[in-house]
Amino acid sequence: MKRCLIVDDSRVIRRVAAKIVQDLGFEVEEAENGKKALEACRTRMPDLALIDMDMPVMDGRTYLRELRGLPGGEKVVAIFCTTDADSSLIEQALAAGADEFIMKPFDSDIVRSKFLLLDIL
Amino acid sequence: MTPEDFTFVARLLKDQTGLVLTRDKAYLVENRLQSVVREHRLADLTELLAEVRGGNPAATTDLIDAMMSKDTGFFRDWKPFKHLAEVVLPNLRRARLAKRTFRILCAGCASGQEAYSVAMQIVEEAQHFTGWQVEIVGIDLSAAAIDAAGRGAYNQFEVQRGLPIRRLLRHFTKVGSGWTINENLRRMVSFRVWNLLEDMFPLGRFDVVLCRNVLIAFDQQTKIATLQKLARLLTDDGVLYVGVNESVTGVSGAFRVIASTLGIYAAQHEGVPPSHSMAAHL
Repeated sequence: MKRCLIVDDSRVIRRVAAKIVQDLGFEVEEAENGKKALEACRTRMPDLALIDMDMPVMDGRTYLRELRGLPGGEKVVAIFCTTDADSSLIEQALAAGADEFIMKPFDSDIVRSKFLLLDIL
Repeated sequence: MTPEDFTFVARLLKDQTGLVLTRDKAYLVENRLQSVVREHRLADLTELLAEVRGGNPAATTDLIDAMMSKDTGFFRDWKPFKHLAEVVLPNLRRARLAKRTFRILCAGCASGQEAYSVAMQIVEEAQHFTGWQVEIVGIDLSAAAIDAAGRGAYNQFEVQRGLPIRRLLRHFTKVGSGWTINENLRRMVSFRVWNLLEDMFPLGRFDVVLCRNVLIAFDQQTKIATLQKLARLLTDDGVLYVGVNESVTGVSGAFRVIASTLGIYAAQHEGVPPSHSMAAHL
């Protein structure tokens, strides 16, 4: 079973995303910021990470940069998820190494569609 | 909803649109028509149907509109689009090199996502189509859907279904909380209210026709008649795309299967060799 790490400081968002991703057949792990997500990745690398951009302690872009430097971290499919996304913010996310981008709020159709596009379903 | 009312609505839809409603869809009819009841400030469904039976044209149009499927998305079932980009567009470039023009029809285009998806693929190959005249025509029975398609404005949920983020950035501009298709794509596509039950010949001929997830709602007789009309619209080497869950095999002899699981068929005109088709090199 593929593993998905959900990185978001909102417990509600993590819970909603976890339910959607589990229903798509993924094993889910959660982290409330980039620092905790990195610790989780050092223990076991996920196949996929859903990452909030704006988080306390360590933000999404810093986490992704650190992740890409870890052994196996370059293979993780990274999807940034953020509210109030405009073109400039999305471009920054892609420049930081994200494979895709999801604008919040999202639903199960959107997540499924993005996973299909990334060929991870 | 009484059985008589259901029969009335089903007959109206069949006659006006070809759409076949089975009795297990009675709940769907009731649900969808509630918005029309409210819009016309009527008390209930009975009053709405009385208006329609009495010949109120606005109520009739809105009833039909509410019952039409609006389920669509960008690059829906993406494999046919891959075929279009990798097989048909390169073949069109070769086959139409002298005239440098081709036309694509999206029949049953709803709010325009399919037509704009095709336009995006052509724009992304722009280096091959410099100086070409490419026309994409979207038709749908619903005036409301055609109006929405022409605006090319979509909400955050619509642009995230089927559309990779890089394509969103390239082809759309954020306007308020939604995203609007860029002007260069909008200029490539024209939209018209058109009933597939009517003669389609005035639309002219097309090199590619997409009529996806439309025939599935029709009965066999309407399906055959529609396919005959689509066959006449296609050029000798033209390609028809139907939905991935639809089949033309055994329904119409005017088409030859290219890839039935992807809903791809070649026009089969008398005296034209099969190898002539633009879809032939899959």
